[in-house]
Amino acid sequence: MNYLILSAILFTIGAVGVLVRRNAIVVFMCVELMLNATNLAFVSFSHQHGNLDGQIIAFFVMVVAAAEVVVGLAIIMAIFRSRRSSSVDDANLLKY
Amino acid sequence: MTGSAVLNTVAIGDIQAPHLEYGQLGPMLLVFGVAVLGVLVEALVGRGWRQFIQVPLTFAGLAGAFVWILVLGVKDKPLHVAAEGAVGVDAPTLFLQGTILVLALVSLLLIADRQNGAFTPQASALPGSDAEREGIASGTVQSELYPLMLFAVGGMMLFTAANDLLTMFVALEVMSLPLYIMCGLARRRRLLSQEAAVKYFLLGAFSSAFFLYGTALLYGYAGSVRLSDIATATGNNAGSEPLLLAGIALLSVGLLFKLGAVPFQAWKPDVYQGAPTPVTALMASCTLVAAVGATLRVFYVALENMSWDWRPMMWGVAILTMLVGAIIAITQTDLKRMLAYSSIAHAGFLLTGVIATSQAGLSGTLFYLAAYGFTTIGAFAVITMVRDAGGEAGHLSRWAGLGKRSPVVAGVFAFFLLAFAGIPLTSGFTGKFAVFKAAIDGGATPLVVVGVISSAIAAFFYLRVIVVMFFSEPAADGPAVVTTIPTAAAVALGATVTVVLGVLPQPMLDVAGQAASHLFVR
Repeated sequence: MNYLILSAILFTIGAVGVLVRRNAIVVFMCVELMLNATNLAFVSFSHQHGNLDGQIIAFFVMVVAAAEVVVGLAIIMAIFRSRRSSSVDDANLLKY
Repeated sequence: MTGSAVLNTVAIGDIQAPHLEYGQLGPMLLVFGVAVLGVLVEALVGRGWRQFIQVPLTFAGLAGAFVWILVLGVKDKPLHVAAEGAVGVDAPTLFLQGTILVLALVSLLLIADRQNGAFTPQASALPGSDAEREGIASGTVQSELYPLMLFAVGGMMLFTAANDLLTMFVALEVMSLPLYIMCGLARRRRLLSQEAAVKYFLLGAFSSAFFLYGTALLYGYAGSVRLSDIATATGNNAGSEPLLLAGIALLSVGLLFKLGAVPFQAWKPDVYQGAPTPVTALMASCTLVAAVGATLRVFYVALENMSWDWRPMMWGVAILTMLVGAIIAITQTDLKRMLAYSSIAHAGFLLTGVIATSQAGLSGTLFYLAAYGFTTIGAFAVITMVRDAGGEAGHLSRWAGLGKRSPVVAGVFAFFLLAFAGIPLTSGFTGKFAVFKAAIDGGATPLVVVGVISSAIAAFFYLRVIVVMFFSEPAADGPAVVTTIPTAAAVALGATVTVVLGVLPQPMLDVAGQAASHLFVR
């Protein structure tokens, strides 16, 4: 139960971080924090239910998160090279 | 503890290899297989040859998978759970997968049109740099695009078929990750394109984290991520568990984001406007089909018993989506952005079909998806044809008097807009009629009233474009219409299907009705 509360807290910290931070890399790290909070929830639920599904799912989530890092960093790199900035506030050409 | 007890009982000899139904999984495996082959082509074949190999290969892969789906659909009554329960191969799934494949084939015509010049020769080159100029001069293309597209299409097919939430999450990512990259590949207006990619990526990753946390909570509630097990668990316990309700809410956030429903619509206009137009056509048609397919399955199978709890929320979302999409579109001056808001409004119409949770609702939604997909690809194809010196002429004012300069193109575009508005004798009317009728039968009359009002609002801005095209004087330096065979073929296909499904909808309605007759397998 305590682990679930911890995972909810971590998830919330991640979600708030995504909303308030400006640097795209930090925003992205906050998303990763959310995914890891989810992993913690899966593993503790797995323990609670006494089946292994949750632990297996955690592995899948890790792999998917790694793939996401690859794509995400490539995109952030591309925009950093052309703008010299990775702030999400500077990327404001598309609006209204 | 029970956990360790389970660990001890699983000895090495007990683990058996999973039984896979290769015949039923074939279409997806074929698409993924051809995608892997495409990556090999990128690695092993010289730069000049890649494009000539990739295009036929991609085309063959998609067409082969479509034929396979037709065989599966005709041969037996498709009601199977395949791959140890991870994938459901049933009639609605086959219909959705077939739709995705056909729409992807039509989008491929746009993507493969080299004269169109929508894609950058080298994604890593800086905008305006020497490397970029060299790339354009040498006429090379970023042919990784085709395997990326195949991975995205394969992910979409799996997303509609996923029978447990883990498979659904993996499919969601397999579908989204290539699309994030494809958004950033525009040749002109690179900064806009890259900005669209970053926005889509960050928001998409954010929403998939919500989807995953919802999955975790539902796993905590039901002890399994299989949709049917969740349905059983919710059936046994009628009480309102906070764990269950929070899980449903978070899961819905992830699904509604992919649909582009209000309040999770903010990415859609930016991404549709910034992405290369052929990719926008792919996203507006295929991704929408996949997202609606997964939403249908989750709400029809897993959360069926909870409909009293989620229905008020979904009503609110559907009403907001229809109204916000239609109202904000009125003030848009960029055509791609306007079509993005129109796509948001259409997501709202589709949600009315989802909320009905009936056979009629399912078949209406299936028909709507097929009809809307073709119309939207056709409309985006026309946008790629109208060009200025600096690329596509996206601004509405540049389209002034197009009807006098090239009446055919303007006429076809006007026809697509009328289909979006839902004028009779177009497929848009038949689709809207089907979902609204299902919604009324399901007791959601207020929703239909809002839908009709929103259609009336939407008709205003569609007609405004038609007025600008036909009743204003063309500018002296107006954009030229560039016709190439693949793009023209995509426009013609879109227009033909829009007419046929509007005038003679019955055969297609029958197919959709048959597909929906058994609902989803569980």
